[in-house]
Amino acid sequence: MNLMPDRNDPTAPRPASGWRLFWFAAPSRFYALTNRLVPLCWLVAIGFAAAGLYIGFFIAPTDAVQGDAYRIIFIHVPTAWMSMLLYLVMAFWAAIGWAFKARLASMVAESIAPTGAVFTFLALWTGALWGRPTWGTYWVWDARLTTELILLFLYLGYIALVNAIDDRRRADQAGALLAVVGSINVPIIYFSVQWWNTLHQGATISVTAAPKMASTMLTAMLLMTVACWAYAFAVVFMRTRAYILERDSHTGWVCELRQRRIER
Amino acid sequence: MRQVFLCVLLRDLQLAARRRVDALLPLAFFIVALSLFPLGVGPEPETLRAIAPGIVWVCALLASMLSVGLLFNADAADGSLEQLLLAPAHAVAVAAAKSAAHWLLTGLPLLLATPLVGLAFGMSGPAVLALMASLLLGTPILSLLGALGAALTLGLRSGGMLLILVVLPLATPALIFGAGAVGMVEAGLSAEGHFSLLGALLVATAAGAPWATAAALRISTE
Repeated sequence: MNLMPDRNDPTAPRPASGWRLFWFAAPSRFYALTNRLVPLCWLVAIGFAAAGLYIGFFIAPTDAVQGDAYRIIFIHVPTAWMSMLLYLVMAFWAAIGWAFKARLASMVAESIAPTGAVFTFLALWTGALWGRPTWGTYWVWDARLTTELILLFLYLGYIALVNAIDDRRRADQAGALLAVVGSINVPIIYFSVQWWNTLHQGATISVTAAPKMASTMLTAMLLMTVACWAYAFAVVFMRTRAYILERDSHTGWVCELRQRRIER
Repeated sequence: MRQVFLCVLLRDLQLAARRRVDALLPLAFFIVALSLFPLGVGPEPETLRAIAPGIVWVCALLASMLSVGLLFNADAADGSLEQLLLAPAHAVAVAAAKSAAHWLLTGLPLLLATPLVGLAFGMSGPAVLALMASLLLGTPILSLLGALGAALTLGLRSGGMLLILVVLPLATPALIFGAGAVGMVEAGLSAEGHFSLLGALLVATAAGAPWATAAALRISTE
């Protein structure tokens, strides 16, 4: 870590060449960067969500079998994707934070957890609403639903563990260990469709086969996926910024920030 | 490494032998919890026979998790845990020995009590054997994962509940395949696939969990 420039000094000169991987690992620089990125992310999220929902609800054709009930797919599938992906992203940053003793990475991981839990909950909720008209029941104990529920428990376990430990360093590291161990579960979720033959339909979009849906549907779903990504970035950045202010409240640049805020 | 393993294992067994009532508590919990189900569900033999493998597994899971919470507490309180962790190679041996001791003191008694439970729930002979086999493969997984949870939550205020929340999602595959194997046998099918997967889970957990537990112990005692 000594190779890095002073991490709490936003005016420190940029490294002359090459190694800038850790440039934004300084909470102060990250704070300045995300100050500009958060509004942008919100803009993208709202714009793409509006376009995606419009295409999905008004332009995409009605499904021959499921009628209009299928349209919840435009929320269900992106949230389900995000729920699984965010767990891996969270585990990745938690592991980085643990391995490199990078506090910011741990803060990012802890910021991702509530968002991931919300996406998991939304995937389950929209799935239940979709299941009612198509399967005739809100909930079945099918492998895929159950594993998504377990994913929610994994998120809750991580959040509970990190919050139960008062010592910040220990909380970051213990959370990282749990997230890495838990991420073994995410592939099980993904492959459970192939492993257990159940009520849930197989993956609709696959890389190897042509999509089994109309192109407008695909467009709407991809737009919604981008919107979910942008939303995730926006709220994760906002939460990380709050953590930075909370945990770095003793540092010089945060004091300056506070002073300027007061003067204004 | 083997010396450390045996030393810690024998020490834990000796400690348990000195406090026999404490050591029998998980077994008592298992039996009491199981006997609540007929009272709650109703005494119909058909229903009880159908749900027996599942509830035996769930009760074994809960008995393991409730007993594993304090696995490291006494050692952490008197400072011997920190001494044991001083040598880097020993931490894994300590974690493995602690898990093994927990299994011998919790998993094995539950396993031995299972025929009795099977009889009380009207299970057939082959089903009881399958249940015992699945518990033989499955309860070590619970002890290994439980030790990881105990190491992560060492010394925390809400340790017990937190441990259950943290470990249960990780233990669900063992539950699914363990109870599933008995269901296959009861349906007259081959449970070989379930046992293979359960065995694979045991091998993978035994290969990974002690290292994770050792890392968690280091994090918690730092």
